[in-house]
Amino acid sequence: MLELSHVHKVYRVGAFGGGRLRAVRDVSLKVEPGEVVSLIGESGSGKSTIGKMVLGLFKPSSGSITFDGTDITTIRGHTARKAYYRRVQGVFQDPFSSFNPIFKADRVFEMIRSSYFPGVSDADWRERVLKAIGTVRLDPDNVLGKYPHQLSGGQMQRLLIARALLLDVDLLVADEVISMLDASTRIDVLNLLADLKERGLGILFVTHDLSLGNYVSDRSVILRKGAIAEMGPTARVFENPLHPYSRHLLSCVPQLHRTWAEVDAELAANPPDHFELPVAPDDESAPLVEAERGHFVGIDQG
Amino acid sequence: MTLRVNDLKVYYQTLRGDVHALDGVTFDLADGEIMGLAGESGCGKTTLGKSLIRLDTRMRHVGGTIELDGKDVPIADDKAMVPLRYHEISLIPQYAMSALNPTRKIGRMINELLRARGVRPVDIADELRRRLELVGLDPDVLNRFPIELSGGMKQRVVMVMSTLLNPSLLIADEVTSALDVSTQRAVAESLVEFRDREYVKSMVFVTHDISLVYQMADTIMVMYAGHIVEKASASTIVNAPRHPYTQMLISALPEVGTTTDQGRLEGIPGTPPGLLNPPTGCRFKDRCPLAFSKCSERPPLVEIEPGHWAACWKTG
Repeated sequence: MLELSHVHKVYRVGAFGGGRLRAVRDVSLKVEPGEVVSLIGESGSGKSTIGKMVLGLFKPSSGSITFDGTDITTIRGHTARKAYYRRVQGVFQDPFSSFNPIFKADRVFEMIRSSYFPGVSDADWRERVLKAIGTVRLDPDNVLGKYPHQLSGGQMQRLLIARALLLDVDLLVADEVISMLDASTRIDVLNLLADLKERGLGILFVTHDLSLGNYVSDRSVILRKGAIAEMGPTARVFENPLHPYSRHLLSCVPQLHRTWAEVDAELAANPPDHFELPVAPDDESAPLVEAERGHFVGIDQG
Repeated sequence: MTLRVNDLKVYYQTLRGDVHALDGVTFDLADGEIMGLAGESGCGKTTLGKSLIRLDTRMRHVGGTIELDGKDVPIADDKAMVPLRYHEISLIPQYAMSALNPTRKIGRMINELLRARGVRPVDIADELRRRLELVGLDPDVLNRFPIELSGGMKQRVVMVMSTLLNPSLLIADEVTSALDVSTQRAVAESLVEFRDREYVKSMVFVTHDISLVYQMADTIMVMYAGHIVEKASASTIVNAPRHPYTQMLISALPEVGTTTDQGRLEGIPGTPPGLLNPPTGCRFKDRCPLAFSKCSERPPLVEIEPGHWAACWKTG
């Protein structure tokens, strides 16, 4: 469905735009319908830039992003863009700043209606809204007609997902959607993403938290400095990390039933096998090697 | 016994009435103890951290006492607190990265801070360098502006700065929440090192991340809606919690290795109560699967086994 092929993004930085910053380096990946792909990386790894390019907020410097065969950078004009956003939507990190505090929270639904479904009758529209709210497991009486400050972060985040669902989206870009939520409501939003996946939605799940990425996703992509360090089925990447960076990251994640000291001791007792990393021929490309079926390992960046 | 907090009540004053952010909090903190203070947002954990050092203008001390090393801490009296701050009680604030003055070099900022507290910077310069090296920073950072440092470096600068006068009690408020996992580990481990070298006698580590606090804390105290719910050693809280809230909270945390295929985790239905007019009795009763008639009375925090305190009628 969504395919990124050798995508690069270079930002101009510095006072006069004279400097260059390679935020995304030679990234190729796919998201199929009914699949959750986690983009995992630390700050500055380019994970959000990839999400924003998929949403058409930035253009890639080179490479192509295709959605069902159409290159999205060629989408021109208001109508064509609107048609794209009907199928691809984003939900962002901070639900508190996604709403206008002056208006009631359900205004986001009205906006969808006025720009996409002007012909739908009131009763019909209300039914659709109630259905979308039911899907995200909110009680309509608790959220409709309320102002943003009367809602919790989890409720707002779910309203935003419901808003995307009203459009019958095929691809949802979820950029750090749960990092601002509390532990007790976080898991509800994650479970909701898993439900949506079962309904055939493709989800690009951008996160810095390895344990959350692991919980919902089918495939994981670990990014480092804009390039893919490791990509593959989630279970393989987490059970058998091959790139030294992924191994390092996994050893730093605070775990609930094992302390860092125990993890280190275990690693020291059976050190993982050395894996020969591919070498980049130049500063731009980042080739991957297939270590086992569908499990790719990227270049060493020191 | 370093710190003894007894029935502390701190309310926020708002136009609509008092917000009961801390409603009768009692606990002890031993010498050399690192206590993790965990809970959801709005449970009062940051308020508790702040109350131990400085009440801001909206906060009102309603009742209860705090004792540090056997001396009373007069938290309601802002002036009387001045000699204690930084010397005895120190704080690493939430978002420490933005706590640094962007117009001052780090070294100058530290010197100004020391002079303001009546300490001559030269007496401490060597120690400062030693500690910067300990947390893995080049003493050259003293000649740099905050903007020249990365988030993790700024966090470590603030950490060294806050503990320079060897306070008895250090309050670390969400110090690692904005950091990447690998930096987070380095900062957390330096904090433990500071305790081991006795730069700080004991520490309250405020966080929402129980798996992080499990890595470094000796004990964990869980709060809910202004009350203490449970306090025990870190491994007891994680492996054998007794209070239904702690149990549900721990089981709602995904770990590396858990996936939806192995069965879903469950969140806690409902939301925490508002603290403007908090419900009587146990504040968790509306979300609690075990609630019964007695929960309309507030359960006392009792020691159910040595070192393990819980506030629930069902565990007592």
